[in-house]
Amino acid sequence: MSGSKKDIDQVSGYETTGHEWDGIKELNRPLPRWWVWIFYATIVWSIGYMIFMPAIPGLPGMAGATPGLRNHSERTNVAEALSAAEAARGPLFAKLAGASLGSVENDPELLQFALAAGRSAFGDNCATCHGSGAQGFKGYPNLNDDVWLWGGGLSDIKQTLLYGIRSGHPDTRQSDMPAFGRDGILSGAEIHAVVNHVLALSGQEADAAAAAGGRAIFAAQCASCHGEAGKGLREFGAPNLTDAEWLYGGDYETLRETVTNSRRGVMPYWADRLDEGTIDALAIYVHTLGGGEGS
Amino acid sequence: MFWGYQLFIVIAATGYLAGITQSKEYAEPEWYTDLWLTIVWVAYLLVFLGTIWKRKEPHIYVANWFYLAFILTIAVLHITNNLAMPVSLTSVKSYSLFAGVQDALTQWWYGHNAVGFFLTAGFLGIMYYFVPKRAERPVYSYRLSIVHFWSLIFIYIWAGPHHLHYTALPEWAQTLGMTFSIMLWMPSWGGMINGLMTLSGAWDKLRTDPVIRMLVVSVAFYGMSTFEGPVMSVRAVNSLSHYTDWTIGHVHSGALGWVGFVSFGAMYCLTQWLWKRPRLYSFALVEWHFWISTLGILLYITSMWTSGIMQGLMWRSYTDLGFLEFSFVETVARMHIPYIIRAVGGAMYLVGALIMIYNLYRTARGDVRVAELKDQPAPAAATVPAR
Repeated sequence: MSGSKKDIDQVSGYETTGHEWDGIKELNRPLPRWWVWIFYATIVWSIGYMIFMPAIPGLPGMAGATPGLRNHSERTNVAEALSAAEAARGPLFAKLAGASLGSVENDPELLQFALAAGRSAFGDNCATCHGSGAQGFKGYPNLNDDVWLWGGGLSDIKQTLLYGIRSGHPDTRQSDMPAFGRDGILSGAEIHAVVNHVLALSGQEADAAAAAGGRAIFAAQCASCHGEAGKGLREFGAPNLTDAEWLYGGDYETLRETVTNSRRGVMPYWADRLDEGTIDALAIYVHTLGGGEGS
Repeated sequence: MFWGYQLFIVIAATGYLAGITQSKEYAEPEWYTDLWLTIVWVAYLLVFLGTIWKRKEPHIYVANWFYLAFILTIAVLHITNNLAMPVSLTSVKSYSLFAGVQDALTQWWYGHNAVGFFLTAGFLGIMYYFVPKRAERPVYSYRLSIVHFWSLIFIYIWAGPHHLHYTALPEWAQTLGMTFSIMLWMPSWGGMINGLMTLSGAWDKLRTDPVIRMLVVSVAFYGMSTFEGPVMSVRAVNSLSHYTDWTIGHVHSGALGWVGFVSFGAMYCLTQWLWKRPRLYSFALVEWHFWISTLGILLYITSMWTSGIMQGLMWRSYTDLGFLEFSFVETVARMHIPYIIRAVGGAMYLVGALIMIYNLYRTARGDVRVAELKDQPAPAAATVPAR
């Protein structure tokens, strides 16, 4: 824009560049000094960082990149952190895996370690179904109470953890309540009767006439697993029907659904996924939650 | 080109519903959609270049440099990141040319520069037009606009690897991404200085013109998030912030604050100018929009900072015996309150935008809220600029 008259902005006192674009002009103002100096400082800092840290790849005669003056390697750091953790925890894990489950309670240090390890493993592996407080949900047992389908001793819990329930593992805990309605074993009226009998067994209100009719059906179809008195049988994971604890619910509709279609909930097996020490820790942790039984 | 782009959006969105995706962040559409977008985008580039070529003004204004950088770079990014081999010409599925860490690096070179060239350079172009135009002041420093433009586009393109700290990406590449992110701080702030300081001599308009206030707060959010970005790119900070809601807060201060507010300011200006109205329907409604949306953004980003830093601290917290103190689900449960605040903030932002739509609709119809005319004379900025 040479030759044109100088255009001075009255407010700032700076000359404009002489450009004008849709009415917009630009001031010919120098760069703010602080802006320039901070920009330079970040460049100097970056060069310094590159000198100290891994930065330049592909130099002749060098595998990988320049390691920098600090010889920093994240891979090494992680390996060191892992081996430090292993060194701190390894002996106690080994001791835990070697000890008999029952003896851990007598060793305060080992017990504390097992509970810490168990709590951590529970949060990452078990809480998804059983809840982070192990309180359980419909179909997923509460582990805080003293109601156990398959047993609440340390070795029972460990067995369940290792092989699961209906998990497909060869050693899994397995039992299948028939789907009495769906498979045509019992008629609708018979299911109505047996459900009323179960309601009566558990001390709930029931149709007395139907419940009386259901007694014989219960004895023929149910008692082999649940027992004559309906107290359950742990060998088959058959729940006690006389207490007020229900995995799926104890009202008429829910019981009718259970008898008609069965439930057959699944717990996965952990034998191949968690190491022995962790499984022991989990067994001890669950055992201490409130309902653990003597072996 | 307009309808071509709409068609692309329809193809992309219906593809999601049908489960068609190549599983790349911000680049989900499959190969045939990508090809169509390339055609549309190159047409956009040609239209833009043709317009520049046939310009009547001798000078190419800085807003146009930013726009050209935006259109050109997005084309290069889009094409490179989507290089893929379709299973067959009749199959929607394709396989990327890149695998493993090369794929990750290409993806984040693309993803980071989509932010850099679309949401930064493109919207700086918008800012460079509407701020001086609305303030009726010359741009603060021409030299700064040149230096920060070239330093921004040169440095931005290297910063992508900071998305891959502590991954399989070689450490030297992480160093590269981090140092270039730090060096990007001042080039980014050049735009903020030019945006804010262009108001010198017209600061009174902050009081009288809520549209100017919107544009200025937009630039302020731009400055804040372009400072936060380099901070988060530092490896030590990133080890805490990565994968947490802090990142969500960071991008939303940019998206809602900078990109959103500069767009709102531009739309208020454009509606008034295009329909040749002497003033907006209501300045009071612009005030309402401004305050509701600003508070919404603040709620949003502060709740995400809180929950993000809390997440980061909980994830790295160990017990004395060396076990993680919190399971993942416990950290999720702690997010409950921040997420409610976040939802409230987002809803407020949306309410502000709805107020704007109403205001713009009435402006386009030529309505003026009579009560406001009695209170005060129309501000100077509300006059139709000379064309």
